[in-house]
Amino acid sequence: MPTLCLTAAYSITAAANPPRAAFVDVPLGNTVGRPHDPEFQRDVLRRALAAAQAMDVPGTIVDLGVSWDGDGSWKRFASSTGVGSGGGEDDRRQRVDTPQYQYEADRLAAGG
Amino acid sequence: MVWLNRAPAAGPWHDGPVTPTPPVDYIALTRAQYDALGYPAYQWAERPDPPAWAPMPALADTSVALIGSGGAYREGQVAYHWKDDTGIRHIPSAEPATDIRVTHFAYDLEPAREDPNIVFPVDRLRELVDEGVIGGLAPTALGCMGGIYSVRRTEQELAPAIVNEVLAMRDAGQADMALLVPV
Repeated sequence: MPTLCLTAAYSITAAANPPRAAFVDVPLGNTVGRPHDPEFQRDVLRRALAAAQAMDVPGTIVDLGVSWDGDGSWKRFASSTGVGSGGGEDDRRQRVDTPQYQYEADRLAAGG
Repeated sequence: MVWLNRAPAAGPWHDGPVTPTPPVDYIALTRAQYDALGYPAYQWAERPDPPAWAPMPALADTSVALIGSGGAYREGQVAYHWKDDTGIRHIPSAEPATDIRVTHFAYDLEPAREDPNIVFPVDRLRELVDEGVIGGLAPTALGCMGGIYSVRRTEQELAPAIVNEVLAMRDAGQADMALLVPV
């Protein structure tokens, strides 16, 4: 079955080497765009799918040409997790083994 | 690996001119962070050869299975934990994303909690079906939580579960390709 990997992490995707990938140069967690911008989200998906169809070399990563802020200044604050200042501190969340619900109501709805 | 179309070609997010800059190298950032913290180097999965190539049907005839590792789950489902949770969640793709939640160990969750479509674009794909851009959307979308440290557990537990689900969708005539949205 054909696959397309839509990714905001170029180096990680290049290392994993999927058959078809489309790269969007945006912060982690914003792969398809900004919240509540359906027009651009659809555009990213249209471009990614069209790019996938045009690929004929396994391991291709096509840059969809998306710019987040024009000059890439957001990248100065990028960290390995997309969280925090990128200043080298440990900005990862604590790795707990209990379900981490978005809302307390979700925990109740799941019977937790 | 092939770089195509490096110059900005899509409409940019903003109205001004675009200065191309290199992508953020998250592998290098992680190595630097671990080194600074005195941790042993994280072992990223590296695959010198891409897997087998499968041709794509015409998009308008293609039914897409969405698989997102941004930690999407649905209200009523058990959320992911953050210690190598290799589970998957079945999310009905015909329903609006308003009941979709996200939880993940390693990215800024705030924007995706505002609009889960930015990591799990189920509403947008449904709209592309309505536009005729793609032929269909598999009735079930698969969520998982990509913040798993163990490459072994990812390969032995999570990946086979996803493959089995997607192949079952294919055999049921529900999916012709898989769209992966990793985070």
